Amino acid sequence: MSQTIALSQLGLGRQATLHSYPPAGAAFLRLREMGLLPGTRLTLVRTAPLGDPLEIEVRGYRLSLRRADADSILVEPVSPS
Amino acid sequence: MSASAVVSSVGSSSAARAPVYALVGNPNCGKSTLFNALTGLKQKVGNYPGVTVEKKVGTAYSQHGQPMPVIDLPGAYSLAARSPDEAVTRDVLLGRRLDTAAPDRILCIVDASNLERNLYLVHQILDLGRPVILVLNMMDLAAKAGVRIKVERLEKELGIPVIPCEASQGKGLIELKLAMSRPDLPLPRHRWDIPSPIAAAVSELQASLLEYDRKAPLSARAEALLLLTDQDSVRVAGSTPLSARTTDILQSWKVRWEGQGVDWAATLVASRYEAIARLCTGVLDRVAPDDEGPSLSDRIDGVVTHPVWGWLVLGGLMGALFLSIFTLAEYPMTWIDDHVAQLADVVKASMAPGDLRDLITDGAIAGVGGVVIFLPQILILFFFIGLLESTGYMARAAFIMDRLMSRVGLNGKSFIPLLSSYACAIPGIMATRTIEDAKDRLVTILVAPLMSCSARLPVYLLMIAALVPGETIPVGTKVGLMLLMYALGTLAAFGFAWLFKRTLLKGEPPLMIMELPPYRLPRVRDVLLQMVERGGLFLRRAGTIILGISILLWFLSAYPKAPEGATAQAQMAHSFAGQAGHLIEPAIRPLGFDWQIGIGLIASFAAREVFVSTMGVVFNAQSDADDTAPLRQALAAARWPDGAPLFTPLVCLTLMIFYVFAMQCVSTIAVVRRETNSWRWPLFQIAYMTGTAWLVCFAVASIGRLLGY
Repeated sequence: MSQTIALSQLGLGRQATLHSYPPAGAAFLRLREMGLLPGTRLTLVRTAPLGDPLEIEVRGYRLSLRRADADSILVEPVSPS
Repeated sequence: MSASAVVSSVGSSSAARAPVYALVGNPNCGKSTLFNALTGLKQKVGNYPGVTVEKKVGTAYSQHGQPMPVIDLPGAYSLAARSPDEAVTRDVLLGRRLDTAAPDRILCIVDASNLERNLYLVHQILDLGRPVILVLNMMDLAAKAGVRIKVERLEKELGIPVIPCEASQGKGLIELKLAMSRPDLPLPRHRWDIPSPIAAAVSELQASLLEYDRKAPLSARAEALLLLTDQDSVRVAGSTPLSARTTDILQSWKVRWEGQGVDWAATLVASRYEAIARLCTGVLDRVAPDDEGPSLSDRIDGVVTHPVWGWLVLGGLMGALFLSIFTLAEYPMTWIDDHVAQLADVVKASMAPGDLRDLITDGAIAGVGGVVIFLPQILILFFFIGLLESTGYMARAAFIMDRLMSRVGLNGKSFIPLLSSYACAIPGIMATRTIEDAKDRLVTILVAPLMSCSARLPVYLLMIAALVPGETIPVGTKVGLMLLMYALGTLAAFGFAWLFKRTLLKGEPPLMIMELPPYRLPRVRDVLLQMVERGGLFLRRAGTIILGISILLWFLSAYPKAPEGATAQAQMAHSFAGQAGHLIEPAIRPLGFDWQIGIGLIASFAAREVFVSTMGVVFNAQSDADDTAPLRQALAAARWPDGAPLFTPLVCLTLMIFYVFAMQCVSTIAVVRRETNSWRWPLFQIAYMTGTAWLVCFAVASIGRLLGY
């Protein structure tokens, strides 16, 4: 199992697998409902011009979320092939 | 648990009444386009009572001409509502709203190119135990992305009609209408295993909901499942709270799960996605997409959200927007102005002189005309906002601006409403409906009128003209002062937003997530339809209030009558308005304003630009919009009773600043009343804005006098 990092630390254009949300993560329920579950593959596509928010691709669509929220989401980067 | 044996009794038994359809789907899946294609122009737009969510009802016709009512429910990602829009969708589907009966059948539309996530809502809806028709929209885009959907297999798996379609091209509509006109529709064959840690809880809750909350047998299970994920922050007005028994059951299960370390909501969501994944492996074939490499949307975003080009595109688009508002709107505005004047003349010529004639011409026609004249601007703004929404650029503007807006505690979605308010606060405030977070939305509404709107322009121009002696005004002074006024208003808007978010409406910001839909060519027909609907909504909502206030303001200036043969100026001085000017003079005297300016301030409630024409009457200057020279001279000649000049440069500057801050527009007040559903917020807005106006003007006037101006 590779190391987990915060989603906000993921490099631009890199892929990762969602590892976990914070334990008391009721606030993240909507992200789960939008298909971002532990084990789901995602890609950090780009950031907004001012570096925040982030744009990720998940299940074939694009989602923007704030860096502050991404700080508490853990992902496992997929090693570049 | 299979319900396939039960055949819908809804369609067959109600020969007298056509089944009512509800149209549901995720945002950005083409739902409005399908609704427009199904119902054409036969739509009724209103509001759900108690909430500011648009209610759209239309009628589709079967192949045999049978009418089939369709309710277009707001776009939702899940029935576990996170916004007032989603709450309405949930409550209508579950039959919780008293004003809207639960639909008989449900039309579920999904974006076929983004099937998995779209199916999440469908999966919840299949629980409802009602006949469902699944519409696979954007089949062309799915094919382009290399997704092949085996429609017959999907139909078999779900046990419901599945109609592939391209709503924007009108493809699949006939098949859809055929399916909709079927007298009996099967109930979904919806088998999915509720995960074991929570299955027992769901059956227990379901039984309790049936017995103690009198939920319908068909929806009790869906309600039970929803209890586990729905935070239910948004309650339906007038709904009965959950029974004590059901609450107890839910509470004791939550305590038990917490002890065992079970995240029940997450488990439930995960099991739905597992069921969807199983379904998709059977019906989805992924082949290589038509063209490899970044999609068109991605290439556009490479520019539009670029650290340098992104700002230029945003600035360019907004510049073009304002240029077109001010240039395009000019023609219809002149036309309306001329025709309102003509209409008044016709009425004047055909009626005997008297109060009734004056009431109609000077009160009703002039007053309503003064607001209708802003309609072209408002419509152009609605058109642009609709265009930005339907192309997908709106989400990008919010994406780019989110960081800046977060500095004052707002989010990127407040940007376009605030920007629109530079032209007119009304479309700006009506556009705040896209902001999901109730607090952010309210703060945006509260500060939007501080952005200097176009009705303030004539006031600024007149005051600048009166401020600078001589016939010609140096361009630098004019532009400098104008920019100062716009900057003051903008700073105040952001300052107050920051203040309100820290005090009045503070709270943990919720998770800020937003879908960035692929760019799409706009459907001009849909955008125009939306523009006309919103324009009509504004006229209907604000119309009566505007008419009432116009007549009231006319009455105030026409009564009591001055002695026979008095000039308009003398009549104004003698009238209630004149008396009101005297009445408020003590309050505005510290700012350097006299009672005559007071009349102008009061009259501005009809629309701020009315100040200019009121000053014309008060100071007896014949002037029109094109030539303010006589009015300027009259203002320069105006004196206090002791002979000191009234319109000193300091007073002119103070007056402009007053217009920057004060809440004076009746139309805006009416719209805020509608959009916040109470008088509390518009009254607060009048108090805080006008209070600030007074304080700032008092400070400017005092400092100016100290400095010897």
